[in-house]
Amino acid sequence: MMQAVAQFAAILATALFIFSLHWMNDPKTARHAVAAGVTGMLVAVLATWFQPEIVHHGWIVLAIAAGFVVGVPLSLVPLTAVPQRTALSHAFGGLAAGLVGTAEYFLGLGENPAELTAFRMSAIVAEVILGFLTFTGSLMAAGKLQEVKWIPQRPVTYPGQNVVNIGVLVVAVGLGVVVVLHPTAPWSGHAFYVIVGLAVLFGVLLIIPIGGADMPTVISILNSYAGLSAVAMGFVLNNKLLVTAGALDGSSGLILSIIMCRAMNRSFTNVLFGAFGTVQKTAAIGEQKEWKQETVEGAAQLLEQASLVVIIPGYGMAVAQAQHKVRELYDQLTKRGITVKFAIHPVAGRMPGHMNVLLAEANIPYTALVEMDEINPEMPQCDVALVIGANDVVNPAARYKKDTPIYGMPIIDADKARAVLAIKRSKNPGFAGIDNELYVLDNTWMLFGDAKAVIGEVVKQLAGGGGLH
Amino acid sequence: MTASLMAAQAAAAEQAPVDYWSMLFVFVLATVIGLGVIRRVSRLLYTPLMSLTNAISAIAVVGSIVVTGADYPATIRILGAVALFASMTNIVSGFLITDRMLKMFKKQ
Repeated sequence: MMQAVAQFAAILATALFIFSLHWMNDPKTARHAVAAGVTGMLVAVLATWFQPEIVHHGWIVLAIAAGFVVGVPLSLVPLTAVPQRTALSHAFGGLAAGLVGTAEYFLGLGENPAELTAFRMSAIVAEVILGFLTFTGSLMAAGKLQEVKWIPQRPVTYPGQNVVNIGVLVVAVGLGVVVVLHPTAPWSGHAFYVIVGLAVLFGVLLIIPIGGADMPTVISILNSYAGLSAVAMGFVLNNKLLVTAGALDGSSGLILSIIMCRAMNRSFTNVLFGAFGTVQKTAAIGEQKEWKQETVEGAAQLLEQASLVVIIPGYGMAVAQAQHKVRELYDQLTKRGITVKFAIHPVAGRMPGHMNVLLAEANIPYTALVEMDEINPEMPQCDVALVIGANDVVNPAARYKKDTPIYGMPIIDADKARAVLAIKRSKNPGFAGIDNELYVLDNTWMLFGDAKAVIGEVVKQLAGGGGLH
Repeated sequence: MTASLMAAQAAAAEQAPVDYWSMLFVFVLATVIGLGVIRRVSRLLYTPLMSLTNAISAIAVVGSIVVTGADYPATIRILGAVALFASMTNIVSGFLITDRMLKMFKKQ
C-alpha cells in the first residue's frame, strides 16, 4: 500500500516538474513554474517521509530545519550576487550526491555485500566522482565570483596543467573500475576514499584555470554535472523520480552550456582546458589610435537628440550596481519619446541571463530587453549605442582579427550605430587582455568613470538641463 | 541487525528485482523531454531557470531522507543528515530566489 503511494507520488512529482519547466517559456506564466515545483517537491518529500522504514524522525526534522536556516538568507542575496549563490547551490547538490553515494557504499559493505552488484557499484562510483568534483569545483567557482581573497581571480596556469588534470581524473576512474570489480575486498574501502579524494582534487584543479569571462559556461557545465550526479543517485537507490528530476536538471545545464559556448564561439573542451587568460596578448596594433573623451553634458545632448537608443550592458554594470541609474536614464529618454532598447549578449555578465535579471530588478519592462540576434539588424538605424561596462561582446575585432582570443565570437554590432558612447571604469583593456577597437572608432566617444556615477550625472543633465538647449 | 531493518529489507526483497533497463529507459525519456522543454524556455529567464532546476534536482532530498531516517548505523545516518541539510538548503533557497526574480519581470 505505502509502496503504491510512493510510486504514485513519484509520477505526480515528475509531471509537476515537467510542467514547471514548461511554464518557464514565458515570463507571464513563469510564476506558476515555482508553484508547480514546490508542490512536486512537497509531494515527493512527504511520500518518502511516511514510508514505514523511516524511523528516526528527529534527525530529519533537525536537518530540514538547518536547511531552512541557511536557505532563507541565501535566497535574499543581492541580485548581483546571484551567480555565486547559484555556484554554491551546485556545490550543495554535488555534496548531497557524494555523501549519499558514500553512505550507500559503506552501508552495503557493512550490512549487505550482495547489494553491491556491478551495476549498482558503477552507479555509486559515478555518483561519488560526479558529486564530489561538482562540490569542490562549484565551491571554487563561487569563491572566484565572490572574489574571496585567497582564491586567485585570474586564471592560474602552469606547464602540463591539462596532463595533470586529466591524469587525476583517469586515476580516479581507473580506481573506480577496480572497486566496481572488487567491491568487498579488504582494501576496497580505502580505495574508495582515494577516489573521493581524487574527485575533490579534480574539482579544484578544473576551476583554477578558469577566468571570469568563462563563468557563464562553467556554471552551466557544473549545473549539468549536479543534475547527472542526481541521476546517478537515482540509479543507486533505484528511484525513478531522482532519475527524471536529475535528467531535467542535467539537460537544462547541457542546453545552457551549448548556448554559452556558441555565444563565445568556443567548444566545451576549449573552455575547460583552454585557459582563456593565457592567450598571448596580441602585439600592439601598429597605428595605436587615440580615443576621444566626451563630457556628460555632451553625452546628454547626444542622447536627447536621438530617436533610437540601444543600451548594451555588461558585467561592469553589475559591478557598479548601476542598474537603477540605468532605469532613471531609461525614464528620462522614454519620457521624451525616444525609443530605448537593451541589447543583451548571451554571455554578458557572469551567468546565463544575468543582465536580464538585473534590469528586471530595476523595473525595466522585459519587452525592452532584446536578444543579440534580434537587435543586430536594427543597429544601423540606431542613433546612439550606449555601452555600459561591456567590452569583448562589442569588440569588432572578433569579426576579422584571427589572432585575438575572441575571434569568431558573435558580437553586438555597436559599431554600426551612428554614434557610440562607451562608459568604462578605467583605461585598461578588457578581460581578454585585448584592446577594444570599438573605442577608437571615429564615431565613438568615451565616458570614463564608475558606471553608476557617470549615468547619474547624465540623468541629472537630462532632468535639470531642460532650459539649456 | 534490528527488526525494522530486517522488515525494510524483506519489503525490498518482495519488490521485483531492480530493473536496470527500465531505469535507463526512464533516464533517456526524461532527458529527451528535458531537452524539448528547456529549449523553449524564454531566454529572458535563464538565470531563474538555473535556480529552479537547481531546486528541482535537490529532489536528492528523498534519497537523503531514507539514509538519515532508516535504522542504519549512526555514521551512515550522519552522512545522510548532512546530505539532507545540503539538499534542503537548495530547495528552500532555490525556490525562494526563483520566485523573487520572477516577480521582477514585468511587462510595463
